[in-house]
This record gives sequence, structure tokens and C-alpha cells, in this order.
Amino acid sequence: MKHLKLSLSAIASLTLCVTGVAAPAQAAVKGTLKVGFVFPMSGGTASFGEETMSGVKLAVDEINKAGEIKIESFLQDDKSDPTDAANAAQKLINVDKVHVLVGSVASSNTNAAAPIAQAAKIPLMTPASTNVNVTKVGEYISRICFIDDFQGSAMAKFAFENLKAKKAAIVVDSSSDYSKGLQASFKETFQKLGGEIVVEVSYLQKDQDFSSQLTKIRTRKPDVIWAPGYYSEIGNMIRQAKTMGLKAVFLGGDGWSAPELYTLGGDAIVGHYFSDHFSHEDTDPKVQDFVKKYQLAYKKEAPGMAALGYDAVYVLADAFKRDGYKTTGPELAKAINDTKGFKGVTGTITIDAQRNATKPLVILETQKTRATFKQRVSP
Amino acid sequence: MTIVFTEVVQYLINGIAQGAVYALIALGYTMVYGILKLINFAHGEFYMAGAFFGIVAFSVLGLPPALGTIAVMVATGLLAVLVERLAYRPLRHSNRIAPLITAIGVSIVLLEAARLIAGAHPRPFPQLFENTVYELGTWMPALDGVILQKTQLVIFFTTLVLMALLWFIVNRTKWGRAMRALSVDFDASQLMGVPINRVIAFTFFLGAALAGAAGLLVGMYYNQAEPYMGQLAGLKAFTAAVLGGIGVIPGAVLGALFLGVAEALVVGYGESSYRDAIAFAILIAVLMTRPWGLLGKPERVKV
Amino acid sequence: MTGYLSLVFELAPLFLINVILAASLNVINGFCGLFSLGHAGFFAVGAYAAAGFTVLVAPEFTAQSPLIALTLACFIGMAASALAGLLVGIPCLRLTGDYLAVATVGFGEIIRIVLLNTEAVGASRGLPGIPDIVPLWFTALATILTLWSLNNLIRSSFGRSILAVREDEIAARSMRVNVRFYKTLAFVVGSMFAGLAGALFAHDRQFIAPNSFGFMVSVQALLMIVVGGLGSQAGAVIGAVIVTAIPELLRLHPALAEIRMLIFGLIMIMIMLWKPDGLIGVLRSLLRKPLKPERAHG
Repeated sequence: MKHLKLSLSAIASLTLCVTGVAAPAQAAVKGTLKVGFVFPMSGGTASFGEETMSGVKLAVDEINKAGEIKIESFLQDDKSDPTDAANAAQKLINVDKVHVLVGSVASSNTNAAAPIAQAAKIPLMTPASTNVNVTKVGEYISRICFIDDFQGSAMAKFAFENLKAKKAAIVVDSSSDYSKGLQASFKETFQKLGGEIVVEVSYLQKDQDFSSQLTKIRTRKPDVIWAPGYYSEIGNMIRQAKTMGLKAVFLGGDGWSAPELYTLGGDAIVGHYFSDHFSHEDTDPKVQDFVKKYQLAYKKEAPGMAALGYDAVYVLADAFKRDGYKTTGPELAKAINDTKGFKGVTGTITIDAQRNATKPLVILETQKTRATFKQRVSP
Repeated sequence: MTIVFTEVVQYLINGIAQGAVYALIALGYTMVYGILKLINFAHGEFYMAGAFFGIVAFSVLGLPPALGTIAVMVATGLLAVLVERLAYRPLRHSNRIAPLITAIGVSIVLLEAARLIAGAHPRPFPQLFENTVYELGTWMPALDGVILQKTQLVIFFTTLVLMALLWFIVNRTKWGRAMRALSVDFDASQLMGVPINRVIAFTFFLGAALAGAAGLLVGMYYNQAEPYMGQLAGLKAFTAAVLGGIGVIPGAVLGALFLGVAEALVVGYGESSYRDAIAFAILIAVLMTRPWGLLGKPERVKV
Repeated sequence: MTGYLSLVFELAPLFLINVILAASLNVINGFCGLFSLGHAGFFAVGAYAAAGFTVLVAPEFTAQSPLIALTLACFIGMAASALAGLLVGIPCLRLTGDYLAVATVGFGEIIRIVLLNTEAVGASRGLPGIPDIVPLWFTALATILTLWSLNNLIRSSFGRSILAVREDEIAARSMRVNVRFYKTLAFVVGSMFAGLAGALFAHDRQFIAPNSFGFMVSVQALLMIVVGGLGSQAGAVIGAVIVTAIPELLRLHPALAEIRMLIFGLIMIMIMLWKPDGLIGVLRSLLRKPLKPERAHG
């Protein structure tokens, strides 16, 4: 229910932004940027959409209040589904005529929307899609997060060196580009270090029953289970695993990072690890400043997705200023791709030649209702 | 692909649990079809409603398990009676397709209502009891590693009880006799004074009550309920009913169990992503050789 | 206002594609009286075959001569779907009534799940990057050609035989109508045009995924022809327009947008309760007696 309120208030506030009520500019506005947001506001990854937009709203409000530029936001729900992500991108480009797209979260969804943006010569920046293929679509597509080659391999090292795991099982979401990419990068590093992958099983998004897969894993007795999926299925899976007496530690990626993980996982969720973009325990002043602002606005702890959403908007604004407030596709894309040394909440963002960002990740440990900081890994 | 005995047993256990749930839903399809020759597409939504009514009964009202289950079954049954009265009865004498489309409309309305009220996220289903896990290996060393969950036992037990009850009602009561009469010859029964409207309403009530119970059991098993749960489950249960012979009550149970086990085995030994295709592949295979289902009777068309 | 105009342009292809889809299903369900609920499968096959051609097989050719490539893609889609129709129709020959319905559902789902597992076309992640090469006039032309061909078909001796099968299979057989042949023909023709709709759909959306072709799509197609009036080509057109229009119109109204599917379901129920034989009857009576208001409810 609180997510309903949050999304309603986010959407209501964004509508206000669109109608320009919330931005009494003092100095003359030097440029207006129409930004289309494609995020999952419903479906299996809805938490990600709501959280990212909460960060976005903070940033948009701040920027509009500062008055130098004005951001008009248009939001389309991609319903956690690639087809809807594609439709959303088309609507924003053709009907709302946005200058730039921001989104989505799930790599499969971004992969569906990216070719449409590339063909229309509209820049698309994703704050959170980590699959390596996303930015390969073309020069209009960029991201401000790390990529899965790094994420999978960092977690494999953690498993082998820190957790002293020799045998690992892999549970992959075969309906997700993201999950499959992480499966590959983890496997490669783990095997290179000398570990053994004892079994690989798969499931599909929206699955509720993992007993067959977990049964198979149980007989092979792995030390750790690499489960790079999304929180909706992982929460259930971990709970079922505990019921079945499966003792291995689960490891995951940033797809785990949502509050539902804990409600779905119940008691079983304690004592596992996943990688994420940011930890609110970080002492960096920029992080703490953001954490405080977020707490003030939303009365809860800032999640990683919100920080990414916040950074995405600020990188856009920065690029817009650098290209002289031009809203045309090619200029805007070039400015975004030229981002260097931008100090964001989630780290220093430099967009490289492949239009990816090289950033450190944090490994978090799951507790009963939230995750705590375990260690930081730099690329 | 090594076949480990204990794995097979585990898959069988999981499969029968799933099959029992399909059976409860399939029974409703088959009973309504037997009398009205109507495929009630909204039936899957009664199953979903049962799960949500369960959340209300246990989380909100705090009813004890037995009483809550009965309350949920009654509530779901009444919902079906209402639907029948408003959407199906007026079309009873029109062409074959119109009630089908209406049923689809009802399905959409129920689904959307649930989504708007409860939200599209899965909602947690309250834990009714401690889900103890029984290690069968401690009793039979040959079964080392096989586990039976208390929730699965509850499913088996409840399904058996409900099916026994259904058998009793259909075969030993006046109402049951009326239901059977209607399914054999609708018009003759009418002429013999069977109160059709009430018997049909009763049939819908029974079918939905069973589906509601299934929804409740599934909610308990997976600890969650979500508005879309009735879509695929309904389709599969319907497939199971046809597999067993649509209109034949024992056929629905047979088809459903068969389906549940087949799915568990496919996921275990094959590709889990083909699981849903199995239901349909089996159905088509059976229909090719026995076009009227496993226990069905061939229709004799009089010229 | 320009927003609305671009919206109409945006949606027009969808209306036309749905008209083709409805008309194609009408051949199987309406003209031949076979209860087919797996039409989404043929739609999917056409979409994937066509998109597979323009994206995977001949992307450079498509970039150079888009219209020719599109036409080829449409033919490939139609051929693939026709083949699928043949493969589905033949096993289904022995099945009657509701058993046939379930078997077709099964086929439709199997097609979807096979696509879901086929890595070559992107499996569950879908096939992105389909080129935007369908001008509106092309879709309109395709729709007109479809309706025209089907109209000719039904007036031909082929068409009469198909109708005969619907009316009374046993009587038709006794009149030496090869029932099996005509049932199969109905499936093949119906699936072929569904394939055309699919090919156009893929290139309009620029992205297709197997889950866009689920059971609900088959249901929607059935809904279109029943709402319009089963067995009537004009009915199929009317039904397609109405069933496509209602959710889109509701989407525009901000207050109703959230509950639009709920309203859609209610409208479906009400239409069936009011006019179980479809809306074409209403239109016919309105056209026949425009000056006698007392008899307007025909």
C-alpha cells in the first residue's frame, strides 16, 4: 500500500512538473528539456520503477527550483515487460515528442526500447541496466551504471576468496538478458579461479514454484548458489530453499535490491549476499547529503535505484548545459557520451568509449528487513 | 541424465500436490460443462478469488483454519451463483458462443477488480501453521533426501475430503441426482419437473467452492496470492478436464493428477521453460487417439 | 489537437491489422463453423517469419529496398502461417466442438512456448530492432486486398462448400463435399491471412515477444467476430473496430484509464446480453428502416 501512495504522489508531482506549477524560476530559464521516462511502475519489478522515479523526482524538483534549466517529465509504465517497454518508448517519442529517454531498469526491457530510440535518433540513457549488450545497440544509447561482466566476476571472486566456496550452483532466469549475462560472467570467473559449477537450472519470471529446481540443486550439495534474478522470484526461492533444508548461501546481483525481497523471503532471507550500486552507510559527504534529503522527502532509507535515478537526471542536466541547451538528438547524445568525472551519489561517473560507466560496486549482506554493507569492490 | 530414485519420488510428491490443486479446479469446469455445455472461462478467477478471500478470512478476520476454509468456500460459491444469475442465465437459450464471450468478460472483470483492489503485486498469504518438513529418509532409508512438507499433506488431505464429499453429494443426494439428470438429458429433466435454475445455481456453487478451496490451498502453499494466478491455472485445469473427458467427474481428477505429475517430471528432467507446453502436448496427443478424452464417451451424432 | 492527430496516425495501423486478423478468423470460425481458439499462434508465426526475414536473414537488402523487402516479408509470413495452419488443421479434423477448441488452444500455446525457447529469435526477450518500414497506405491496401479476396472466396464454389460444412457436416458429406479438404482449406486460408496481419504487426511495433501472442490474443480475435456477428465479413470489420477502439478510447480519459480493462469486460458482457448474435444485426436493421423509428429495434 505505501508503494501505491508513493507512486501516486510521484505521478501527481510529475504531472505538476509538466504543467509547470512547481517551478517558479527567478532567473530566465536558459533551456527546457523534455525527458521521457520508461520504468516498471507495475509488474514483477515495480519496486525498481517506483524507487528510481523517487530519486528522479528529487532531482527534477531541485533542478527546476534552481531555475537555470527546466525539465519536463513524461512517464510511461513498461509494466516489467519488454513489449510494453517498446510501446512506451514509441509513445514518448511519437506522441509526447521528448528530447531524450531515460530507462528502463531490466536489461531486457531496455534492449527492447533501445533500437527504437537509436532509429529515431533520440538519446536513451539507462540508469540501471547492466547487461553488456544494451549499449552495443548504437551511439545514442548510454548508461551510468556498471556492467555485468564486472558484477558477475566480482561476485565470483567474493564467493571463492571470501566465502571459500569451491562448488557453486547457478539458478538463472532464462527470460532475462540480465540474468543470463550474469550467469556467464560469474561462471567464467569462478571456473578460472578453480571453482566448480555443479549444476545449472533455470526458471522464468512470474514462476512461483521452484521445488523441482531446488531439488536438483540439493542433490549436488553446492557451497553457494548464484541466483542473479529479480527480487520477486528470489525472495520466494530462498524461502522455499530453507523449507527444503537447503543450507547453501545464496548470492545475487542488483536485481535483488528491493524491500519486497525481505517480505517475500521471510525468516529465510538472513545471511545471503548481493551486489548493489550504493550503500547508504557510505561516509562520502555527497552520499550522506542525498541520504538525508531522501529521508526528509520520503521518510525512509534511500534505495540504490533512487540514487541511480537521481544521478541520471543530474548527468542529463549537466550534458544539456554543456551542449549549450540544444535539444537536438545528435548534440545531446554527444554531450551525454562526453560526460567525464561527474561526481554523482553512486560514484564518479565517466562515460567511456563504449558508452558504459566504470564504477565500483558494493556487496551487501541481507538481514531481516534490510541489507548491511559488507565490502566495496573497485573495477 | 542420471535418474536418481529419490529425485523421482520427490517430483512425484510435488506433482501430485500440484495435480490435486488442478483437480479441484477441473471439477468445477467439468460439472458446469456436463450440464450446460458451457466452458466457464471465468472459473479460473473463482480460484483466484478463493485465495484472496482466504487472505481476508485469515489476515483480516482472524478466523481459525477450518472455519475460515468453509467461509472462503461459501463466499466463492456465492460469487459464482451471482455471476451465473447475472451473466449466464439470460443467455441460456441463445447460441453457443455468446455465453462463452460473456464468460470471458466476467473473467476480465473479476481479474481487474482484484487487481484494482489488491494491487498487481503478489500479496502475502498468512502463515496458518508451522510448515514442518518431514524427512522421509528417517523412516525409509531408501528415500533419503526426499521431503514431504506439512503444507503438501494438508493439500492431499483436504482434496481427498472434498472429493469424497463431492462424490457423496453427486451420487447419494437428491440434488446430485438432479445434476446427473440434467447432464444426461436437459430437456427431459425439465419436463420431469427438475427445478433447473436452482440445480444449475447449485452446480455453480459447488464448482466454485471447490475452486475457492484450491485457491486457498495454493495461497497457503506459496504464501502468496496475486490477481493473475487464475489465468494459467484455469487454462491448465480446463485442459486437464478435457484430457480426462469433459463432463466426466472422475475424468477431471484423473486428467489433473496426470498433468501435475507430468509437469513436475518435465521440469525436473527436461527444460523447465517447456513446462507449460507439456499440458497441451499431452492433451493433443490424447485427443488424436481418443478424441473424447480418457474417460469420455464418444458422441453419437444422430442425422 | 496535434497530439490527438498523431495518436490517430499511431493507432490506425492497429485498427487495420485487427480487421485483417478478425476477417481471417472469420473464415475458420464464422464461415466453416470450426471453433478455433488458437489464432494467436498463426498471428505469431506470421510475425516472426516476416521479422526474421527483415532482421535476421536480409537486413542489408531491407535497408536498401524497404518496400520490396516488406512485401517479400509479408509473403513469407503468409506462407509460414499457412503451413502452420495446415499442420494444425490436419490433426484437428477428427475433433468436434469444444474438443477442437481446446486442441486449438493447445496448439496456440505450444507455438508460443516454442518461440519462447527459440534463441535464434530472441526467446523470451523478444526480437527487437524490426525496421519501421510500413507506410500506412501499405497496411490499408493489405486490408482492402484481404477483405476483397475473402469476399470472392466465400462467393465461389469453394466458399459454398465451406459454408455447407458449417451448416450440416453430414448432409454435406452425403452431397459428396470433401469435408476434410474444406475444413483444412478453411484453416489454411484463415491462418494465411492471420500471418499477413502478423507480418504487418511486427513491422508496425518494431518489437515482438512471444508473450504478446498469448491466449488472450486469440480470445480478443474471437471477441471481435462475435461482437460484430459471427459469419459476417462486415461484422468482422465492425467487431474489430469496436474491440480495438474501446480500450484505446478509455485510455485517453485520465480518470477511466486505470479501470479501462474493467470497463472493457463489462461492455463485453453487456453487448452479449443485449445482442448475443452480434452487432451486425443492429446495423442492418438501422440501414434497412431509417424512417420508421417505431421499428428501429430490429
